[in-house]
Amino acid sequence: MRESIIMKIHYGTALGAVVLVAVHVLFRITMMSYGDSLQYENVIANYKFVPYAIMLELILVLLSVHGFNGLRVILIELKQGKSYEKAVTYGCLAAMAILIAYGSRTILLTSMGMT
Amino acid sequence: MANTQIAEEQSSSEVSSKTVTLKIAKFNPEHDSGTQFVDFKVQYERWTTVLDAILDVKEHLDHSVAVRYSCRQASCGSCGMKINGRPRLACFTKISELDSDVITVEPMNNYPIVRDLVVDLEGMFDTHKKMKPFIINEDSEITNTKEFLQTPEQIEEYIQFANCIKCGLCNSACPTMATDSSFLGPQALTQAYRYVADNRDKGKNERLKIIDESHGIWRCHFAGSCSQVCPKGVDPAMGIQLLRGYLLGFRK
Ligand code: HEM
Ligand code: SF4
Ligand code: FES
Repeated sequence: MRESIIMKIHYGTALGAVVLVAVHVLFRITMMSYGDSLQYENVIANYKFVPYAIMLELILVLLSVHGFNGLRVILIELKQGKSYEKAVTYGCLAAMAILIAYGSRTILLTSMGMT
Repeated sequence: MANTQIAEEQSSSEVSSKTVTLKIAKFNPEHDSGTQFVDFKVQYERWTTVLDAILDVKEHLDHSVAVRYSCRQASCGSCGMKINGRPRLACFTKISELDSDVITVEPMNNYPIVRDLVVDLEGMFDTHKKMKPFIINEDSEITNTKEFLQTPEQIEEYIQFANCIKCGLCNSACPTMATDSSFLGPQALTQAYRYVADNRDKGKNERLKIIDESHGIWRCHFAGSCSQVCPKGVDPAMGIQLLRGYLLGFRK
């Protein structure tokens, strides 16, 4: 993939995350007091509200893509070499996939009430 | 009146009053294990440059000091070195402006050292050439006996970036260059912009392709050190951001 496409995704995911994290935080402080919103039942209820669960999933994907691409950038600037850079790229992609899969599993199970 | 003033200046130059300690980094990679600093006391005037002082040492105190220079007027780009910790042109830096009793001169960072103050700029020239630093256009001024006329506005687009003398100070100040040996660097990226922004040039797509790779333009993180040290007012950091505009679709 062209580096410009990757970096457009990098900047796009950052912008998207700012918007969605703002919505997420506003939900926490406008619905009820912040402390109450972190009570077990209320957190579970959030996951069961499908649009909200979809938003959490989006935040997960956006920040995983952004964070692991950022890590890739740091690592290829730190050291160079064909096989090293290949390992960094695929390592970051794999770690990204694993994190998204694990996070999605939590969101999915909780929203379906399997806790 | 004017005559007496000149006479006074001449007489004061005969009794040089000020001295400074010049600390020169000595290192020969062929047989030294590390850099050694050697101190020299040199006399200076208000107008003495660091290069003058180094040449003074070379002439009278230590002939072996290795230094590269040519024009002595900030035009050839040969005399870049680290002076009191900052990359500068030795011929364009006066001792009096440094405001210090000790002047430390070292080779520039981010380049292999040839000897003492001389670094190998070959890597920078290579990335510079990679940018195709010439006008790409099938029409030729030579074969068609036709001039490429430009308006003052069209020249304004790139002329500042054409002032680069390839001294390499920007690349030595760049934090990405310090760890990323494959990074194209501010010098080359700015020259890519210089040609892309020239309305006579038709090589935009070729050049954008060259800079849009994993160690290309995206490895600039807006530190801006390059523009701080550039002796010609080129502002490479600005050139890089303008160039990025083409890839992000802000510029055509
Ligand atoms: C939502 C707010 C965020 C915004 C607006 C944002 C924006 C950015 C931008 C613009 C860059 C590129 C910087 C450059 O090229 O110099 C970047 C890099 C990076 N981001 Fe984020 N980011 C955000 C959140 C995060 C989070 C939560 C993480 C961790 C998971 C993260 C990890 C990174 C990493 C590792 C880099 C690479 C470091 C670098 O290039 O300097 N970012 N971010
Ligand atoms: S941009 Fe400035 S600092 Fe960099 S090589 Fe050109 S003249 Fe020197
Ligand atoms: S000697 Fe030419 S730039 Fe300094």
